Amino acid sequence: MSYILDQEQLDGLEEALTTDLMTLGIQSVILIDMAGNVIVNLDDGKVRHDVYSLAALAAGNFGAVSAMASIIGEEEFSLLFHKGKSENINFTKIMDDFLLVSIFGNDVSLGYLRLKIDEVIEKIKGLINRLQSS
Amino acid sequence: MAFINTKTKEVQVKLVFVGPGRGGKTTNLEYIFKRIRHRIESDMVSIKTQGDRTLFFDFLPFELGAIKDYNVKTQLYTVPGQIKYNATRKLVLKGVDGIVFVADSLVDRRESNINSLNNLKDNLRFYDIDIADIPIVFQYNKRDLATEGMPILDVETLEKDLNARLNAPSFTASALKGDNVIPTVKKAISKTVVAIRKKLL
Ligand SMILES: Nc1nc2c(ncn2[C@@H]2O[C@H](COP(=O)(O)OP(=O)(O)OP(=O)(O)O)[C@@H](O)[C@H]2O)c(=O)[nH]1
Ligand SMILES: [Mg+2]
Repeated sequence: MSYILDQEQLDGLEEALTTDLMTLGIQSVILIDMAGNVIVNLDDGKVRHDVYSLAALAAGNFGAVSAMASIIGEEEFSLLFHKGKSENINFTKIMDDFLLVSIFGNDVSLGYLRLKIDEVIEKIKGLINRLQSS
Repeated sequence: MAFINTKTKEVQVKLVFVGPGRGGKTTNLEYIFKRIRHRIESDMVSIKTQGDRTLFFDFLPFELGAIKDYNVKTQLYTVPGQIKYNATRKLVLKGVDGIVFVADSLVDRRESNINSLNNLKDNLRFYDIDIADIPIVFQYNKRDLATEGMPILDVETLEKDLNARLNAPSFTASALKGDNVIPTVKKAISKTVVAIRKKLL
Protein backbone atom coordinates (compact mmCIF):
# COMPACT_ATOMS: atom_id res chain seq x y z
CA MET A 1 0.00 0.00 0.00
CA SER A 2 1.24 3.47 -0.75
CA TYR A 3 0.04 7.01 -1.26
CA ILE A 4 1.24 9.99 -3.21
CA LEU A 5 1.09 13.69 -2.44
CA ASP A 6 1.64 15.96 -5.41
CA GLN A 7 3.60 19.18 -5.54
CA GLU A 8 0.49 21.31 -5.14
CA GLN A 9 -0.66 19.48 -2.03
CA LEU A 10 2.78 19.60 -0.46
CA ASP A 11 3.15 23.30 -1.23
CA GLY A 12 -0.26 23.89 0.30
CA LEU A 13 0.65 21.97 3.45
CA GLU A 14 3.91 23.84 3.81
CA GLU A 15 2.25 27.16 3.35
CA ALA A 16 -0.54 26.48 5.81
CA LEU A 17 1.89 25.24 8.46
CA THR A 18 4.19 28.19 7.90
CA THR A 19 1.57 30.91 8.08
CA ASP A 20 -0.50 29.39 10.87
CA LEU A 21 2.15 27.85 13.09
CA MET A 22 5.74 28.80 12.28
CA THR A 23 4.88 32.51 12.46
CA LEU A 24 3.98 32.03 16.14
CA GLY A 25 7.67 31.61 16.76
CA ILE A 26 7.60 27.89 17.35
CA GLN A 27 10.76 25.87 16.89
CA SER A 28 9.57 23.21 14.49
CA VAL A 29 6.58 21.41 13.14
CA ILE A 30 6.57 17.97 11.56
CA LEU A 31 3.66 16.37 9.78
CA ILE A 32 3.98 12.58 9.78
CA ASP A 33 1.82 9.57 9.05
CA MET A 34 1.12 6.83 11.57
CA ALA A 35 3.65 4.55 9.88
CA GLY A 36 6.31 7.08 10.90
CA ASN A 37 6.93 8.63 7.47
CA VAL A 38 7.85 12.32 7.35
CA ILE A 39 5.55 14.35 5.09
CA VAL A 40 6.46 17.93 5.90
CA ASN A 41 9.27 19.13 8.11
CA LEU A 42 9.66 22.81 8.96
CA ASP A 43 11.95 24.48 11.46
CA ASP A 44 13.05 27.94 12.48
CA GLY A 45 16.53 27.43 11.05
CA LYS A 46 18.13 27.44 14.47
CA VAL A 47 17.74 23.79 15.31
CA ARG A 48 18.38 20.57 13.45
CA HIS A 49 16.65 17.61 14.93
CA ASP A 50 16.93 14.05 13.76
CA VAL A 51 13.44 14.21 12.23
CA TYR A 52 13.25 10.63 11.01
CA SER A 53 13.98 9.24 14.46
CA LEU A 54 11.56 11.73 15.96
CA ALA A 55 8.86 10.64 13.53
CA ALA A 56 9.40 6.95 14.30
CA LEU A 57 9.22 7.62 18.03
CA ALA A 58 6.24 9.98 17.77
CA ALA A 59 4.23 7.46 15.74
CA GLY A 60 5.16 4.69 18.17
CA ASN A 61 4.38 6.85 21.17
CA PHE A 62 1.04 7.89 19.78
CA GLY A 63 0.18 4.28 18.98
CA ALA A 64 1.16 3.20 22.49
CA VAL A 65 -0.95 5.90 24.12
CA SER A 66 -3.97 5.02 21.96
CA ALA A 67 -3.55 1.35 22.87
CA MET A 68 -3.45 2.29 26.56
CA ALA A 69 -6.62 4.32 26.11
CA SER A 70 -8.45 1.39 24.62
CA ILE A 71 -7.29 -0.92 27.42
CA ILE A 72 -8.90 1.33 30.02
CA GLY A 73 -12.00 1.84 27.88
CA GLU A 74 -11.32 5.32 26.53
CA GLU A 75 -11.64 6.04 22.87
CA GLU A 76 -8.56 8.22 22.99
CA PHE A 77 -6.75 10.75 25.14
CA SER A 78 -7.31 14.06 23.45
CA LEU A 79 -4.36 15.90 25.02
CA LEU A 80 -0.94 14.67 24.13
CA PHE A 81 1.66 17.00 25.37
CA HIS A 82 5.08 16.69 26.97
CA LYS A 83 6.52 19.55 28.92
CA GLY A 84 10.24 20.15 29.20
CA LYS A 85 12.33 22.79 30.93
CA SER A 86 12.67 24.92 27.83
CA GLU A 87 11.10 22.95 24.98
CA ASN A 88 7.70 21.31 24.79
CA ILE A 89 6.15 18.92 22.35
CA ASN A 90 2.52 18.61 21.33
CA PHE A 91 0.88 15.87 19.26
CA THR A 92 -2.36 16.28 17.36
CA LYS A 93 -4.02 13.51 15.42
CA ILE A 94 -5.39 14.40 12.00
CA MET A 95 -8.05 12.06 10.70
CA ASP A 96 -6.93 8.52 11.45
CA ASP A 97 -3.65 8.37 9.67
CA PHE A 98 -1.68 11.52 10.32
CA LEU A 99 -0.02 13.22 13.24
CA LEU A 100 1.11 16.80 13.66
CA VAL A 101 4.11 17.22 15.95
CA SER A 102 4.82 20.75 17.19
CA ILE A 103 7.93 21.65 19.18
CA PHE A 104 7.96 25.02 20.89
CA GLY A 105 9.52 27.00 23.71
CA ASN A 106 7.95 28.40 26.86
CA ASP A 107 7.50 31.80 25.23
CA VAL A 108 4.66 30.40 23.13
CA SER A 109 1.25 30.18 24.76
CA LEU A 110 -0.07 26.64 24.65
CA GLY A 111 -3.68 27.79 24.53
CA TYR A 112 -3.11 30.02 21.54
CA LEU A 113 -1.01 27.39 19.82
CA ARG A 114 -3.81 24.83 20.24
CA LEU A 115 -6.24 27.29 18.73
CA LYS A 116 -4.02 27.80 15.70
CA ILE A 117 -3.44 24.05 15.43
CA ASP A 118 -7.19 23.51 15.26
CA GLU A 119 -7.38 26.01 12.42
CA VAL A 120 -4.52 24.56 10.45
CA ILE A 121 -5.86 21.05 10.84
CA GLU A 122 -8.96 21.98 8.92
CA LYS A 123 -6.80 23.20 6.06
CA ILE A 124 -4.66 20.07 6.19
CA LYS A 125 -7.73 17.86 6.05
CA GLY A 126 -8.92 19.69 2.96
CA LEU A 127 -5.54 19.21 1.30
CA ILE A 128 -4.99 15.56 2.07
CA ASN A 129 -8.54 14.50 1.51
CA ARG A 130 -7.82 14.62 -2.18
CA LEU A 131 -5.27 11.91 -1.54
CA GLN A 132 -4.54 9.35 -4.19
CA SER A 133 -4.13 6.07 -2.47
CA SER A 134 -4.08 2.42 -3.29
CA MET B 1 2.24 2.52 3.74
CA ALA B 2 4.93 3.92 1.53
CA PHE B 3 4.87 7.66 1.08
CA ILE B 4 5.78 9.07 -2.31
CA ASN B 5 6.83 12.71 -2.20
CA THR B 6 6.66 14.15 -5.70
CA LYS B 7 8.17 17.42 -4.56
CA THR B 8 11.41 16.18 -3.01
CA LYS B 9 11.40 13.12 -5.29
CA GLU B 10 11.63 10.82 -2.36
CA VAL B 11 9.98 7.51 -1.49
CA GLN B 12 9.79 6.49 2.14
CA VAL B 13 9.45 2.80 2.77
CA LYS B 14 8.96 0.93 6.04
CA LEU B 15 10.77 -2.38 6.36
CA VAL B 16 10.27 -4.41 9.52
CA PHE B 17 12.48 -7.21 10.87
CA VAL B 18 10.30 -9.87 12.47
CA GLY B 19 11.06 -13.23 14.06
CA PRO B 20 11.32 -15.15 17.32
CA GLY B 21 12.88 -13.64 20.44
CA ARG B 22 16.67 -13.72 20.50
CA GLY B 23 16.72 -14.66 16.81
CA GLY B 24 19.07 -11.80 15.91
CA LYS B 25 16.83 -9.00 14.61
CA THR B 26 18.52 -6.29 16.65
CA THR B 27 21.93 -7.74 15.78
CA ASN B 28 21.06 -7.31 12.07
CA LEU B 29 20.30 -3.62 12.59
CA GLU B 30 23.40 -3.12 14.70
CA TYR B 31 25.54 -4.59 11.96
CA ILE B 32 23.91 -2.38 9.31
CA PHE B 33 24.38 0.65 11.54
CA LYS B 34 28.06 -0.16 11.94
CA ARG B 35 28.43 -0.32 8.19
CA ILE B 36 26.62 2.93 7.39
CA ARG B 37 27.18 5.13 10.43
CA HIS B 38 29.92 7.13 8.74
CA ARG B 39 27.49 8.41 6.12
CA ILE B 40 24.30 9.03 8.07
CA GLU B 41 23.46 11.74 10.56
CA SER B 42 21.04 9.73 12.65
CA ASP B 43 21.74 7.38 15.46
CA MET B 44 20.14 4.00 15.82
CA VAL B 45 17.19 4.27 18.19
CA SER B 46 16.55 1.31 20.51
CA ILE B 47 13.77 0.99 23.04
CA LYS B 48 14.83 -2.02 25.05
CA THR B 49 14.84 -3.60 28.49
CA GLN B 50 17.88 -3.58 30.72
CA GLY B 51 18.74 -7.04 29.54
CA ASP B 52 19.03 -5.78 25.94
CA ARG B 53 15.80 -7.40 24.79
CA THR B 54 13.75 -5.23 22.46
CA LEU B 55 10.77 -3.77 24.31
CA PHE B 56 9.21 -1.67 21.58
CA PHE B 57 11.42 -1.34 18.51
CA ASP B 58 14.81 -0.52 17.05
CA PHE B 59 14.88 2.09 14.32
CA LEU B 60 17.46 2.94 11.69
CA PRO B 61 17.10 5.00 8.49
CA PHE B 62 18.80 3.43 5.49
CA GLU B 63 19.26 4.99 2.06
CA LEU B 64 19.69 2.87 -0.97
CA GLY B 65 20.23 5.43 -3.71
CA ALA B 66 17.90 6.38 -6.50
CA ILE B 67 15.35 4.40 -8.47
CA LYS B 68 13.85 6.22 -11.45
CA ASP B 69 14.95 9.62 -10.14
CA TYR B 70 13.41 8.91 -6.78
CA ASN B 71 15.57 8.72 -3.71
CA VAL B 72 14.55 5.64 -1.71
CA LYS B 73 14.62 6.22 2.02
CA THR B 74 13.97 3.05 3.92
CA GLN B 75 13.09 3.08 7.59
CA LEU B 76 14.30 -0.14 9.17
CA TYR B 77 12.47 -1.33 12.28
CA THR B 78 12.69 -4.42 14.45
CA VAL B 79 9.85 -5.69 16.61
CA PRO B 80 10.20 -7.36 19.99
CA GLY B 81 10.25 -11.11 19.41
CA GLN B 82 9.11 -12.19 22.85
CA ILE B 83 5.58 -13.59 22.85
CA LYS B 84 4.39 -11.34 25.67
CA TYR B 85 5.09 -8.14 23.76
CA ASN B 86 2.47 -8.60 21.08
CA ALA B 87 0.78 -5.25 21.72
CA THR B 88 3.89 -3.26 20.86
CA ARG B 89 4.87 -5.69 18.09
CA LYS B 90 1.55 -5.05 16.42
CA LEU B 91 1.99 -1.27 16.67
CA VAL B 92 5.33 -1.37 14.90
CA LEU B 93 3.77 -3.26 12.00
CA LYS B 94 1.40 -0.39 11.28
CA GLY B 95 2.00 0.80 7.74
CA VAL B 96 4.60 -1.89 6.99
CA ASP B 97 5.70 -2.14 3.35
CA GLY B 98 8.09 -5.08 3.50
CA ILE B 99 9.30 -7.75 5.90
CA VAL B 100 12.52 -9.52 6.76
CA PHE B 101 11.76 -12.66 8.71
CA VAL B 102 14.79 -13.56 10.82
CA ALA B 103 14.60 -17.23 11.76
CA ASP B 104 16.86 -18.80 14.36
CA SER B 105 18.73 -21.79 12.92
CA LEU B 106 19.23 -23.48 16.30
CA VAL B 107 17.49 -26.86 16.36
CA ASP B 108 15.59 -26.15 19.55
CA ARG B 109 14.18 -22.92 18.12
CA ARG B 110 12.30 -24.71 15.36
CA GLU B 111 8.92 -24.40 17.06
CA SER B 112 9.48 -20.73 17.97
CA ASN B 113 10.19 -19.87 14.34
CA ILE B 114 6.91 -21.42 13.24
CA ASN B 115 4.95 -19.75 16.03
CA SER B 116 6.49 -16.41 15.26
CA LEU B 117 5.53 -16.68 11.58
CA ASN B 118 1.97 -17.58 12.55
CA ASN B 119 1.84 -14.61 14.85
CA LEU B 120 3.04 -12.41 12.00
CA LYS B 121 0.21 -13.69 9.81
CA ASP B 122 -2.29 -12.81 12.53
CA ASN B 123 -0.86 -9.37 13.09
CA LEU B 124 -0.82 -8.60 9.38
CA ARG B 125 -4.40 -9.75 9.08
CA PHE B 126 -5.25 -7.21 11.75
CA TYR B 127 -4.16 -4.56 9.22
CA ASP B 128 -5.99 -6.36 6.39
CA ILE B 129 -2.79 -7.63 4.83
CA ASP B 130 -2.44 -11.18 3.58
CA ILE B 131 1.10 -12.42 4.18
CA ALA B 132 1.16 -13.73 0.61
CA ASP B 133 0.67 -10.19 -0.68
CA ILE B 134 3.44 -8.37 1.16
CA PRO B 135 7.10 -8.39 0.05
CA ILE B 136 8.97 -10.72 2.40
CA VAL B 137 12.47 -12.16 2.60
CA PHE B 138 13.63 -14.94 4.92
CA GLN B 139 16.93 -14.95 6.71
CA TYR B 140 18.16 -18.17 8.34
CA ASN B 141 20.40 -16.67 10.96
CA LYS B 142 23.17 -17.91 13.25
CA ARG B 143 24.70 -20.26 10.66
CA ASP B 144 28.07 -19.59 12.31
CA LEU B 145 27.01 -21.77 15.25
CA ALA B 146 27.53 -24.87 13.12
CA THR B 147 31.25 -24.27 13.15
CA GLU B 148 31.11 -24.36 16.94
CA GLY B 149 29.49 -27.77 16.84
CA MET B 150 26.04 -26.52 17.81
CA PRO B 151 23.09 -28.44 16.28
CA ILE B 152 21.44 -26.29 13.63
CA LEU B 153 18.50 -26.88 11.34
CA ASP B 154 19.34 -27.60 7.72
CA VAL B 155 18.11 -25.15 5.13
CA GLU B 156 15.64 -27.65 3.63
CA THR B 157 13.90 -28.00 6.97
CA LEU B 158 13.70 -24.24 7.48
CA GLU B 159 12.40 -23.77 3.96
CA LYS B 160 9.79 -26.47 4.44
CA ASP B 161 8.69 -25.12 7.82
CA LEU B 162 8.50 -21.45 6.90
CA ASN B 163 8.77 -20.78 3.21
CA ALA B 164 7.07 -23.71 1.46
CA ARG B 165 3.93 -21.74 0.71
CA LEU B 166 5.37 -18.28 0.20
CA ASN B 167 8.36 -19.33 -1.84
CA ALA B 168 10.08 -16.04 -1.02
CA PRO B 169 13.80 -15.26 -1.40
CA SER B 170 15.87 -16.62 1.48
CA PHE B 171 19.41 -16.19 2.79
CA THR B 172 21.55 -18.09 5.25
CA ALA B 173 23.31 -15.56 7.43
CA SER B 174 25.24 -14.70 10.51
CA ALA B 175 24.11 -11.36 11.85
CA LEU B 176 26.84 -11.55 14.46
CA LYS B 177 29.58 -11.82 11.86
CA GLY B 178 27.71 -9.77 9.28
CA ASP B 179 27.51 -12.55 6.70
CA ASN B 180 24.69 -11.93 4.23
CA VAL B 181 23.14 -9.16 6.33
CA ILE B 182 23.43 -6.48 3.65
CA PRO B 183 22.27 -8.78 0.82
CA THR B 184 19.20 -9.68 2.90
CA VAL B 185 18.19 -6.08 3.45
CA LYS B 186 18.94 -5.06 -0.13
CA LYS B 187 16.80 -7.87 -1.47
CA ALA B 188 13.95 -6.92 0.85
CA ILE B 189 14.11 -3.27 -0.20
CA SER B 190 14.24 -4.08 -3.89
CA LYS B 191 11.26 -6.43 -3.57
CA THR B 192 9.38 -3.72 -1.73
CA VAL B 193 10.23 -1.04 -4.24
CA VAL B 194 9.21 -3.28 -7.13
CA ALA B 195 5.84 -3.64 -5.44
CA ILE B 196 5.28 0.11 -5.41
CA ARG B 197 7.23 0.88 -8.53
CA LYS B 198 4.35 1.14 -10.92
CA LYS B 199 3.32 4.27 -9.04
CA LEU B 200 6.61 5.93 -9.94
CA LEU B 201 6.31 5.45 -13.68
N1 LIG C 1 26.27 -16.96 17.18
C1 LIG C 1 25.41 -16.05 16.79
N2 LIG C 1 24.74 -15.33 17.71
C2 LIG C 1 23.88 -14.39 17.26
C3 LIG C 1 23.66 -14.13 15.89
N3 LIG C 1 22.75 -13.15 15.77
C4 LIG C 1 22.41 -12.79 17.01
N4 LIG C 1 23.08 -13.52 17.92
C5 LIG C 1 23.01 -13.44 19.39
O1 LIG C 1 21.71 -13.76 19.81
C6 LIG C 1 21.32 -12.97 20.92
C7 LIG C 1 20.02 -12.26 20.65
O2 LIG C 1 20.19 -11.35 19.56
P1 LIG C 1 19.25 -10.10 19.32
O3 LIG C 1 19.70 -9.45 18.07
O4 LIG C 1 19.15 -9.28 20.53
O5 LIG C 1 17.86 -10.84 19.09
P2 LIG C 1 16.44 -10.20 18.80
O6 LIG C 1 15.84 -10.99 17.71
O7 LIG C 1 16.56 -8.75 18.59
O8 LIG C 1 15.68 -10.51 20.19
P3 LIG C 1 14.37 -9.76 20.79
O9 LIG C 1 14.68 -8.31 20.82
O10 LIG C 1 14.15 -10.32 22.14
O11 LIG C 1 13.24 -10.10 19.88
C8 LIG C 1 22.48 -12.00 21.18
O12 LIG C 1 23.27 -12.51 22.20
C9 LIG C 1 23.23 -12.00 19.86
O13 LIG C 1 24.60 -11.73 20.02
C10 LIG C 1 24.41 -14.92 14.93
O14 LIG C 1 24.32 -14.78 13.72
N5 LIG C 1 25.25 -15.86 15.45
MG1 LIG D 1 15.72 -7.15 19.50
